[in-house]
Amino acid sequence: MSAPVDQAKNAEKFLADTVHEERLDKLLWAMRMRRDAAARQVPEWEELRTLASEIKEHTLSNLSEYLIQFEVKATANGVIVHWARDAHEHNQIVYDLLAERDTKTLVKSKSMLTEECELRPFLERRGIRVTETDLGERIQQLDNQPPGHIVGPAIHKTTHDVAVLFSQKYGSDPKNEDVGYLAGVMRENTRPDFLNASAGMTGANFVVAETGAIVVATNEGNADLSANTPTLHLCSVGIEKIIPTMESLAVFIRLLARSATGDTITQYTSTFRGPRKGAAMHVILVDNGRSARLGMKRFWHSLKCIRCAACMNTCPVYRRSGGLSYGSTYMGPIGIIMMPTFEIRKYSELPFASTLNGSCSNVCPVKIDIHEQIYRWREVMEENDQIQVVKKEAMRVADKVLSHPAFYQIATATLSSALEVLPHFAIYNRLNVWTKHRDIPEAARGTFHEWYRNHRPKTNEVPAP
Amino acid sequence: MNNAQALSRNAILDAVRGNQPATRPMPDISHFHTNTPADLGDAFTKSIVRMAGVVVSDPVPDLDSFLRAKFPDAKVTCSATPEYAGTIKPASLNHWSEASTIDVCILRSPMGVAETGSILLSDNELQVNTIALLAHDLVVLLDPKQIVANIHDAYDHPHFRLRPYSLLMTGPSGSGDISGVVVHPAQGAKTLTVILSPAPDNAKRTG
Repeated sequence: MSAPVDQAKNAEKFLADTVHEERLDKLLWAMRMRRDAAARQVPEWEELRTLASEIKEHTLSNLSEYLIQFEVKATANGVIVHWARDAHEHNQIVYDLLAERDTKTLVKSKSMLTEECELRPFLERRGIRVTETDLGERIQQLDNQPPGHIVGPAIHKTTHDVAVLFSQKYGSDPKNEDVGYLAGVMRENTRPDFLNASAGMTGANFVVAETGAIVVATNEGNADLSANTPTLHLCSVGIEKIIPTMESLAVFIRLLARSATGDTITQYTSTFRGPRKGAAMHVILVDNGRSARLGMKRFWHSLKCIRCAACMNTCPVYRRSGGLSYGSTYMGPIGIIMMPTFEIRKYSELPFASTLNGSCSNVCPVKIDIHEQIYRWREVMEENDQIQVVKKEAMRVADKVLSHPAFYQIATATLSSALEVLPHFAIYNRLNVWTKHRDIPEAARGTFHEWYRNHRPKTNEVPAP
Repeated sequence: MNNAQALSRNAILDAVRGNQPATRPMPDISHFHTNTPADLGDAFTKSIVRMAGVVVSDPVPDLDSFLRAKFPDAKVTCSATPEYAGTIKPASLNHWSEASTIDVCILRSPMGVAETGSILLSDNELQVNTIALLAHDLVVLLDPKQIVANIHDAYDHPHFRLRPYSLLMTGPSGSGDISGVVVHPAQGAKTLTVILSPAPDNAKRTG
């Protein structure tokens, strides 16, 4: 059994490096602002969010029927459909398909599912060279790091970091930090892999039951190249990605890029219904814990996620601590509520990496009640005795104080006076994690109750209109 | 499907059936036409320009001169439309990876989308799907009458139900993966130019 990931401790390393921390914070907040601007341009935005949520809930509540419908349609289109219960089955299916064609190289577009299944190391151990073709994902592959963000895997890196990395791996100019130059280095080095690969792999943003199609959205065109250039196209997809119709696809396409980056759509939004003449297309439907999550009354809503990362961009904890601090495939608010379904003990600390401000739920295009689920996961950790002693004691005291009004009034009144006189070490110490990276603001002169007592109207006074 | 595969399939479907929540209704989906712009061509142009595409709305009487002026160094011009000869046709490519030898590719799209500035390209227009990806520069002819208002209308196009591959392409390839700075190109086409030009049949009818 794995030890719990200590997100707070990992975040400290990121926070110690102010250049990266400040940059990431600003960059992601700007993305959040662009998302807001894009949403304001669409008068029916909130209606679309409601529709998206309802379509997903309808589909998930009829998932078995839609999976079968997809299988029938896709098979009729010439696609070979596979089913994988877990990561190992998935990886073995992919390997067998490659091995039976004696394939030694695979070009691959970004897929969080294949990260979840740890496909790349599985194939590499068996002698297959895998080239990630998404720019950010390739940067992370070259740096031996997992993705730090589900849309921009290397978003935590500076141009300097990438220039140095590319100079080491590709022999490019380490002093040239121009982003156009660096993207050109990637294009130049990846193109031969595309042209020579005998197999290509993609994930899928959506799977359409009605037409048996998979839908992939990228800006770079790398998924279309991976799927179209070789004669073998493999597509791995989680069973929750299914939607009923092309009509419903429109709702999600209108929401996806706007929520992710503030663009109206991705440059390449592609629908693959079947293989071209002389080629083969395989779709691997993967469960890996999803059917079990579907049965969790408090948590099945997280299966509605369309992986836009809006919740990460808005989250103050994620922006300040970076995606790698979560030590998990999915990170940020959505990661917090997904990861414990995979391994409860390992991810038992993640639900505490949140301020519960609700911003994640407000920006979610499919209306997942993310912050409420985070709170519920804290309850589960408490029920399952997965909480550290310091946190548990603090919560026990808080519970006592907050459930007794008299205790609460005494506590707030004495705390503000105490803050004025307590020595520095008494406030800023190891046990008070809140003061590790922030100063305590100056306390108000009185409590709210004191203010209210002094300002409330006398009983016979009529308040001004 | 072998036995192991059949077992996995049935195990997944059984688990899903056992766990799926009580059925929820499918909502009616509107096409949201209340805010449709009066001039779809103008809206299309504004949308695609935001995504780094280029639109030529003035008539182009001589496509050959236009292409020579715009791409003076182009040696291999692939035409996937009978409206232009080009130096090669997609059918002349022996392998789909050979599309990387194309300098300029010229096509006709059957649909544009005003909301996003997207053009539709399927295997029907492309013939060799990689020509839209591996060619350096793309020039796409689009009949202004074939511009639809939004993505809801776009997915009504029969290509999405009939063609193996249908691409909504919106500007040249790009990436914001390094420091959030958006650059063009990434892996696909370097430029995308859309010429608003009536389809030959429409031109005859109106001319």
